[in-house]
Amino acid sequence: MCLILSKRCNSLRFCLSPLKVIKTIGDFLLLGGGVAKDTEDGVNVEPRGVSSDVEPLLHVDHVVKSFGPVKALIDGSIDLFRGEAHALLGENGAGKSTLVKILAGVYQPDGGRLLLDGVTLNLASPAAARDAGISIIYQEPTLFPDLSVAENIFMGRQPLRKGRRIDRGEMLRHSKDVFSRLGVPLNPSRLARGLSVADQQIVEIAKAISFNAQIIVMDEPTAALTEVEVSRLFDVVKNLRDQGTAVMFISHRLEEVFTLCQRVTVMRDGRFVNTSRIEDVTIDDIIRSMVGRDVSSMYAVNTTVAGEKVLEVEHLTREGIFTDVTFDVRSGEIVALAGLVGAGRTEVARCIFGIDKVDAGTVKVGGKKLAHGSPLAAMDAGIGFVPEDRRQQGLVMDMAIDRNMALASVESLSHLGIIRRASERGLAYEWAARLQLKYGRLSNTASTLSGGNQQKVVLGKWLARKPRLLIVDEPTRGIDIGTKAEVHRLLSELVEQGIAILMISSELPEVLGMADRILVLHEGRLAAEFSRGDANEASIMRAATGQLNASLA
Amino acid sequence: MSITDEQLAVSSNARPTSSSFVTRLLGFRELAIVVAIGLVFGATFLKNSSFASAASVQQLLSGPSIIILLAVGETLVIITRNVDLSIGSVLGLSAYIVGIFFEHNPHFPVALALLVGLGVGLACGVVNGVIVAYARVPSLVVTLGMLYIIRGIDAIIVNGHQIDPSSIPQSFVNFGSNNVIGIPILFIVSVVAVAIVGYAMRTFRSARDLYAIGSNPDAAVLAGIPVQRRIFSAFAFSGALAGLGGALWLAEFATVASTAGTGYELDVVAAVVVGGVAIFGGSGTVLGAALGALLLNTIDQALVAARVSSFWNQAIAGAMLLVAIAFDRYVALRTERVLRVEGARRDNG
Repeated sequence: MCLILSKRCNSLRFCLSPLKVIKTIGDFLLLGGGVAKDTEDGVNVEPRGVSSDVEPLLHVDHVVKSFGPVKALIDGSIDLFRGEAHALLGENGAGKSTLVKILAGVYQPDGGRLLLDGVTLNLASPAAARDAGISIIYQEPTLFPDLSVAENIFMGRQPLRKGRRIDRGEMLRHSKDVFSRLGVPLNPSRLARGLSVADQQIVEIAKAISFNAQIIVMDEPTAALTEVEVSRLFDVVKNLRDQGTAVMFISHRLEEVFTLCQRVTVMRDGRFVNTSRIEDVTIDDIIRSMVGRDVSSMYAVNTTVAGEKVLEVEHLTREGIFTDVTFDVRSGEIVALAGLVGAGRTEVARCIFGIDKVDAGTVKVGGKKLAHGSPLAAMDAGIGFVPEDRRQQGLVMDMAIDRNMALASVESLSHLGIIRRASERGLAYEWAARLQLKYGRLSNTASTLSGGNQQKVVLGKWLARKPRLLIVDEPTRGIDIGTKAEVHRLLSELVEQGIAILMISSELPEVLGMADRILVLHEGRLAAEFSRGDANEASIMRAATGQLNASLA
Repeated sequence: MSITDEQLAVSSNARPTSSSFVTRLLGFRELAIVVAIGLVFGATFLKNSSFASAASVQQLLSGPSIIILLAVGETLVIITRNVDLSIGSVLGLSAYIVGIFFEHNPHFPVALALLVGLGVGLACGVVNGVIVAYARVPSLVVTLGMLYIIRGIDAIIVNGHQIDPSSIPQSFVNFGSNNVIGIPILFIVSVVAVAIVGYAMRTFRSARDLYAIGSNPDAAVLAGIPVQRRIFSAFAFSGALAGLGGALWLAEFATVASTAGTGYELDVVAAVVVGGVAIFGGSGTVLGAALGALLLNTIDQALVAARVSSFWNQAIAGAMLLVAIAFDRYVALRTERVLRVEGARRDNG
């Protein structure tokens, strides 16, 4: 099979562009049907190096990276080809970002090698990566808000004139030139501050073009973009790709991968799993190899019957963030708030809990109206809030585990304003046992715990207050799969005990597996509501990207 | 490379209007200070016409000269999102050491004396820079510590002694007190420093790196900027200018005790912030900082001329600082809100 392929391609190679060759190979494989279909993980696996007749531009070969005892990357392998977009997929913690940072020259690999056009590549610094023609575009663009767009593009390599002075005129001309090549009406002399995320991405791409990057690595560039912005971005990227740039594309939106990419590599737990041509796989195949098992088996179905309304949110509005959001959560049910990053999910939760200002609307807990803008009032009404950013907002990382656990309960633990250490410890022991927390000593700082166990501490902190409603924002982000299942089981147990849970999650399998009802936010408005069973990935995605106009009852 | 017209719409949401609004306000800053100086000057002149006499104006220019020089160095440091609080002590130490050179050798050349001052300051700045940039200790703590350490070393060296004005050669004293075509030499030195550094800050890559570092430290690393080396250089430069300021102090006052320059660091930081340099780094100009120093000094002198109790001086300087910061904050919040609402309107519209 491989032999035939090689021959066929070799003969074509001279008359066609590499892209065409790849397409042809793809067609051939499709025609070849079952021959290429292999078995690992039940995915149509293409053995590594099947297209070795086309030299990869960048060959990432068994790259290893550890941080102390944590092995972030055990086997990072991917081949990038000229004129081809290659998707790198995997769950959070699969090692994608570590690989990106190695390509960016930020991390130095502990083992393995990088070959650029067959020559060993040593990326000792971000400057070295740039000089090698590698450009990284991050989810959060890394611009300098106080500097002009032109200067952002040329920072560190501004065009010079006599006396090593910066040639501002040339810099502006060159920037304008790049933008006109991109067909973008951005003014290069404006400050970067205030650019929309989409425009910031464009500036990053302009940067890549300005130094003729051969390789563009995009780490979830679309996470914060609207549908329209995404399609504009893709037009630009497709053009670059067709002109011979190698693109590595990371995204959690699998539909995008199918629009843009020719090849897809899946990673799991820091390891390369497989590489396939996009025509040979389905979304289900990819998800299966990302998760390593069938999705449905991970979740227990909540059989509790929903009780009375615990939380009623009516016409809640925060200007410019979200508008007219109305929903309720009943005791004994999990309601998921789904949507893309930036759709306003976290902001809704923050307003319910009284952290951010509300411009209009009401929040009722147990039928009683809740005062706006007061987390203390929210806590007294029986709400617990497990924030998205565990390290910054959920925990005091340098404080002991037991103190963190007791933090929300200090009022009940103190007598005449003095907190007794013993009662803090007692509370912490109780919840550490109930949550099966894995820790060294309760007096160690929270930073010594693994991500999953840190999350249990945050949960424990709120559970100790016996809340009626628990808001959990991305409860399993950055948590390994084993502990993830534990957190899921824990949430299920809580609803069985009659607690109401409002869950925000970007992981669709989690939303589909856990929630009794799913609310989808799109650009600050509720776009759809599904009950368990009615929803699937595609319908949620459609609603989240604004392709569905189903209005709410 | 040819890209089709399809993408013409990629950035239809570019908003040049809101950006030029901000840019205008930032450019407006220097002008606003000049206007403020003019207003203070005019108002005081109406109350006391001798305020506009040649001697008074020369005093208005020479008075803040050393602060301006220090503010130039401090601006570089603050732009990188750091602060140098040790400059007052550096100035004191350098002034005294230059004085010792003159006591031992009355014919010590003026140019060399300035270099000695510069060298002493550079040495202190290098220590600050190494600790902040390479040991990654917050600059607030490092330079606060250095403020006391250098002042302590100064006190030990001085040991109750005082540089006798008679041991300072006339040529050096002239340097500190004479005028050229009616303009104090000290002021000319400061203006030259502002001009050179101001030009450099616009023109050289390494200087632009400082803005990048202060604007977004993480992005600066990703852009391949040698962040540590640049921060180190900013501190070394600030120290060197403070040392040069010490030599000038000796030229101006001809005598030095161990308390010379005490509290200068805060005057300088106040001047820099009033001059529109963002305290969190990333923006501001050397010219703005210099004008800030000039404004604060002019207010000082104006209160004296208007015979307002000198107790008011500091209160007013403090109020100016708060006004300046409040103004910056207002502009930032306004811009943010405008963009947020505009962005939302675009997305929903």
